[in-house]
Amino acid sequence: MTAPALTTLRRTPLRRLAGVDRLAVAGAVLLGVVVLAALLAPWIAPYPGDGGSATHPLEALLPPSGAHWFGTDQVGRDVFSRVLFGARTSLLIAVAVLAVSGVAGVVLGVVAGYAGGWARDVIMRVTDIFLAFPALLLSLALAVVLQPSVTTVIVAIAVTWWPWYARLTASVAASVATRGFVDSARCLGVPAPLIVLRHVLPNSLTPVLVQLSLDGGGVILTAAALSYLGLGAHEPTSEWGLMVQQGQSLFTTDWWVVTFPGLAILVTAFSFNVLGEGLRARLSR
Amino acid sequence: MPRYLIRRLGQAVLVVAGVIVLTFAIMRLVPGDPAVAYAGPKATAAELAQARQRFGLDDPLPVQLWNYVRDLLGGDWGTSLHTRQPVRDDLLQAFPASLELVGAALIIALVVGIPLGIAAARYKGRLPDLSVRLSSMLAVSVPVFWLALALQTVFASGLGWLPVAGEYDASLDRTSPLHLFTNITAVDALITGNWPILTSTLAHLVLPALVIAAYPAGVVAQMTRAALIDESARDHARLERALGFGETAVLTRFALRPALNPVLSLIALVFAYSIVNGFLVEAVFNWPGLGRYAADSIRSLDTPAIAGVTLLVAVLYVVANLAVDLLQGVVDPRVRAR
Repeated sequence: MTAPALTTLRRTPLRRLAGVDRLAVAGAVLLGVVVLAALLAPWIAPYPGDGGSATHPLEALLPPSGAHWFGTDQVGRDVFSRVLFGARTSLLIAVAVLAVSGVAGVVLGVVAGYAGGWARDVIMRVTDIFLAFPALLLSLALAVVLQPSVTTVIVAIAVTWWPWYARLTASVAASVATRGFVDSARCLGVPAPLIVLRHVLPNSLTPVLVQLSLDGGGVILTAAALSYLGLGAHEPTSEWGLMVQQGQSLFTTDWWVVTFPGLAILVTAFSFNVLGEGLRARLSR
Repeated sequence: MPRYLIRRLGQAVLVVAGVIVLTFAIMRLVPGDPAVAYAGPKATAAELAQARQRFGLDDPLPVQLWNYVRDLLGGDWGTSLHTRQPVRDDLLQAFPASLELVGAALIIALVVGIPLGIAAARYKGRLPDLSVRLSSMLAVSVPVFWLALALQTVFASGLGWLPVAGEYDASLDRTSPLHLFTNITAVDALITGNWPILTSTLAHLVLPALVIAAYPAGVVAQMTRAALIDESARDHARLERALGFGETAVLTRFALRPALNPVLSLIALVFAYSIVNGFLVEAVFNWPGLGRYAADSIRSLDTPAIAGVTLLVAVLYVVANLAVDLLQGVVDPRVRAR
């Protein structure tokens, strides 16, 4: 490590800590609000039925008011209620993608990192191939050949997402594998699978967990883009990307139909990014 | 150097081969019969059989893969189902327009992102830093299709300051026709001195380029900031401070050049990402690039066209990465040893 620069010496540790943590805390609070909205949607939504297939033709395209905070959409559903229910869809997709790709990536990465040799070469070359496709591109291609649905979105994004975790875990696991306690375990005759499970895996997880929290925003944006292109959730599911697509021709006349779902995507992705950034800054100190 | 070059080239070839196999595999997952998609729902059994034979759908999969690779290398990228033209020709026509759009976006991203990164590093931990960090996080969090719709609605449809869609005013094709050299409209208009088309193209570029620039600008600002802070903590910066250079001079005169190295290699990564992000933006602004082509292909489940776009972008990504790695190998000998 290089010596700290003079400028950083002027900052007191307390101020630095406060600055960094404020960011992480702000992100966590914002994300907490979104999670609460998702969990409590059926109870806090003013018109819970509007999260689904209800229609009220007489109340179509009403501007925001006391009765409808975010106005109503083409078939008279309350946009605020649909935005709340949309949080469920988006967070469900994010959690599922991160869980599936995180587990797959960590398993492959730990094997590659610990085993080394040809196993590492094979896994890393396959990883390279998947990394050559920008996430949205490969998900697009996959989503086209599968039937449009929320599950399709999860599968399509997870397929493009795991290589990052495999690569990250492999490099961490490779350095953990050279540590003394792993050598000792090996000398004691502990079988390799047990060494990986008990010693290498737990010590390789932290960077991946931070990366997972950073990536929530990316998953949400990709999922919204797929739904916007008509490859994901479909009517009557409340999904933010789909809501933007359905309302886009109305933007000039009935701005609220498009504006609020878009803002919801922005706020959720932003809260993931702020939280991840705060966590990363904290861990890298 | 030659050994490094050969190893790196070998890796790239391997990845491209894998990309081809993966693209092929995805396209064979298609539910439904490509022959039906080509011949149409009312086709007779004979027409179907003819289509099957034409696409070699009766052959075993490894043979089909082999034929696919052979055709690709021979320049036959299949026939688009919705334009009924060779996919390769479609791509060659659409790609320059995407290049124009993404090129403009990346220029905006660098011009905006680097100074913001410098400002943030200069005033680290203070208000300018916090506002740059927050706004760059906002920029990478905004859904591009929504931003595109919003800007289009406000600045084009609403205020009428900028054109709503398209690459340039089509009526100019009659009054001042454009001679094509590179197929990139803005460049061709510039070198042939076709000012009406050039100004029209630039006006049409502003909004979509700004939307695509949001993500790379945010990433560049964050990266520049981090690299500068890293660099200004090194020994050479202490020496420069001891010699009496101010903080701004240390950053811009000494730390900036080494700090830009990772930023520029980031651009190669962001390039392919921006092309794909452009897919969403081009559809909104009706920009005649790869994205609109991809969106049309998706709508008509045009698998050969989708495979073509996928392959092209993935190969572009591999090539861009290779170019950056090799350049860095030339600039920084330590890279070669890795």
